[in-house]
Amino acid sequence: MSTAELLSKQEYKYGFVTDIESDVIPRGLTEDTIRLIVKIKNEPDWMLEFRLKAYRHWLTMTEPKHWPNISYPDIDYQDVIYYSAPKQKATKASLDEVDPELLRTFEKLGIPLTEQKQLANVAVDAVFDSVSVATTYKKKLKKHGVIFCSFTEAIRDYPELVKKYLGSVVPTNDNFFAALNSAVFSDGSFCFIPKGVRCPMELSTYFRINNSESGQFERTLIVAEEGSHVSYLEGCTAPKFDKNQLHAAVVELVALDDAQIKYSTVQNWYAGDEEGVGGIYNFVTKRGKCAGRNSKISWTQVETGSAITWKYPSCILQGDNSIGEFYSVALTNHAQQADTGTKMIHLGKNTRSTIISKGIAAGKSNNSYRGLVKVMPKAENSRNYTQCDSMLIGSNSGANTFPYIEVMNNTSSVEHEASTSKISEEQLFYLQQRGISQEDAVSLIINGFCKDVFLQLPMEFAVEAQRLLGMKLEGSVG
Amino acid sequence: MLEIKNLHAGIDGNEILRGINLTVKKGEIHAIMGPNGSGKSTLAKVLAGHPAYEVTEGEVLYEGKNLLEMPPDERARDGVFMAFQYPIEVPGVSNAQFLRLAYNEKRKHLGEEELDPLEFKDLLKERAKVVEMDASFMTRSVNEGFSGGEKKRNEILQMAVLEPKLAILDETDSGLDIDALRIVAGGVNQLHTPENAVILVTHYQRLLDYIVPQFVHVLANGRIAKEGGKELALELEQKGYDWLKTTASDVSGAGARTN
Repeated sequence: MSTAELLSKQEYKYGFVTDIESDVIPRGLTEDTIRLIVKIKNEPDWMLEFRLKAYRHWLTMTEPKHWPNISYPDIDYQDVIYYSAPKQKATKASLDEVDPELLRTFEKLGIPLTEQKQLANVAVDAVFDSVSVATTYKKKLKKHGVIFCSFTEAIRDYPELVKKYLGSVVPTNDNFFAALNSAVFSDGSFCFIPKGVRCPMELSTYFRINNSESGQFERTLIVAEEGSHVSYLEGCTAPKFDKNQLHAAVVELVALDDAQIKYSTVQNWYAGDEEGVGGIYNFVTKRGKCAGRNSKISWTQVETGSAITWKYPSCILQGDNSIGEFYSVALTNHAQQADTGTKMIHLGKNTRSTIISKGIAAGKSNNSYRGLVKVMPKAENSRNYTQCDSMLIGSNSGANTFPYIEVMNNTSSVEHEASTSKISEEQLFYLQQRGISQEDAVSLIINGFCKDVFLQLPMEFAVEAQRLLGMKLEGSVG
Repeated sequence: MLEIKNLHAGIDGNEILRGINLTVKKGEIHAIMGPNGSGKSTLAKVLAGHPAYEVTEGEVLYEGKNLLEMPPDERARDGVFMAFQYPIEVPGVSNAQFLRLAYNEKRKHLGEEELDPLEFKDLLKERAKVVEMDASFMTRSVNEGFSGGEKKRNEILQMAVLEPKLAILDETDSGLDIDALRIVAGGVNQLHTPENAVILVTHYQRLLDYIVPQFVHVLANGRIAKEGGKELALELEQKGYDWLKTTASDVSGAGARTN
């Protein structure tokens, strides 16, 4: 069987649609849309101001269509639905009041939310279209002083914290998609780890887009106070639709003195079919600020889905001795396009950053790494190590590396290594000669290629990521 | 166990094997010798099912089955093993992980229960003694950063784990110093039983001092030019291969069967 034949047999197992009644606002975006969202969500005036400021700025901005190595038809922003929420009681005293259809949906996705079935040691915030439908282990976390809730609740219950940090890492005017998100974001997760606390469990948010017409614009804000530690996981899926859905999220991380944030993503949005019809446009701004001394922010991402990925999880290394890390596996197949990488901005002295990027391109997909390492004049004795490896599968895929390096002092050092490889016939034959099937051989080679990144993932996520990669690539060598 | 009849095969349209006939029974050790370019390694790769080689004529029966119809992984699970002349590196995949996957594939094929990592670790430790390899090799990536000798020992370790019925060793002695050669040969001897068979592909007689074959076949120009017992190897050692080149083309219906 040929590559294409085998691949087209790959089913996206999360492609189902939940039949649920939703509150949907009319499509299109004006100041009135924003006022309507604020009204529905019952938000304070300062939020309205925040949103309108972002919106007004957004109107003056142009979509970044030219510099990324991606192409897609123009998006009609007036044809998108900016708010869609499953109908349910406004306040939920407990999970028992969550619509059973929603609970079933998340259970089907492998994210059981009910008390009896909750994942051990992982607190989950489940976001469905525009709203958070449930957050588990809230009480247990509260005992440790950890706040983990939906963004809507955070605005209501912890306005001072939100006001202080919202937009402090990604300003409303940062870029086109961040401005759009700031104007219309509907929900997301808020995490606050107080001084000296080591978060007793993994925190995670699971994003599900269900409505075919709506975009998902969610916001995540994680604040780790002095000396605290947190590990956060993010997962995402969407049904199969012929139309493209827009996902423009903003994630902000703040680490104060000696704090550590580890942020892991396994992204499995619907990627479209083999001809590139349908799939998610994933235009996401993720940035962390190592605001304090000796702080550390580590991004690990496994990107396997989306029709288009435009995403550069970054670190601003402001505190002296702070550390930024970026570990990435980006896999594209069929007609997928990915332009992804990171930015490491060294501001403080003795700051260190590590970038390990593994790009795998199969089918006729296009996979680009784009990374900026910028060492400012005062960031003396800073170091960066970058390693970008690409693996091509078949002869119709493409891989590119676009490194940007700016070093403005002479005590710092920057290292960049890059490689491109192909799975060779000899390698496959060797493994097959030991009784391993061709599919398993490909999967083994790919997992070996990505090992440095998988080692950074929490255990369950690493297993999931390996399985996912194997599934996505099955039969792509032939 | 193995019956090769009038095998013709080549690569990229060039015929390399021009009518090989060979029968191997269980319990036997055969040596295939010959000068560079005579087709020794091609024969090994064709038997293992390398996709780049094309069989144009003839047949190969393995335990009565048409071997040439089986994909390489199926041949392997069915007990055909080739030790590579140039073992391949698989970065990021540990030796133990790779061997367990291969071993369990074979167990599944035989309808046996798969071994979990801990059970397999015990088995691996036991089998590693055959080639005097220590535990550190198991956690390292497959063949990555291995010396030439370590790579060859690793091949025999794989053989020890997979316990093939038919082992084809492709120039396993090349690039080995005398100590490594002794370890590798010792391993093969330990693994050889009356129930399995070994085909040694080698350029030099040296290996045959350690692994003693009952049959020696000399290839030249893609045909078996001469056959005999182990003393034939010694004769080659003295005379070299040059005298064969002249006679090889004269041998008609090459490869008279010796058994």
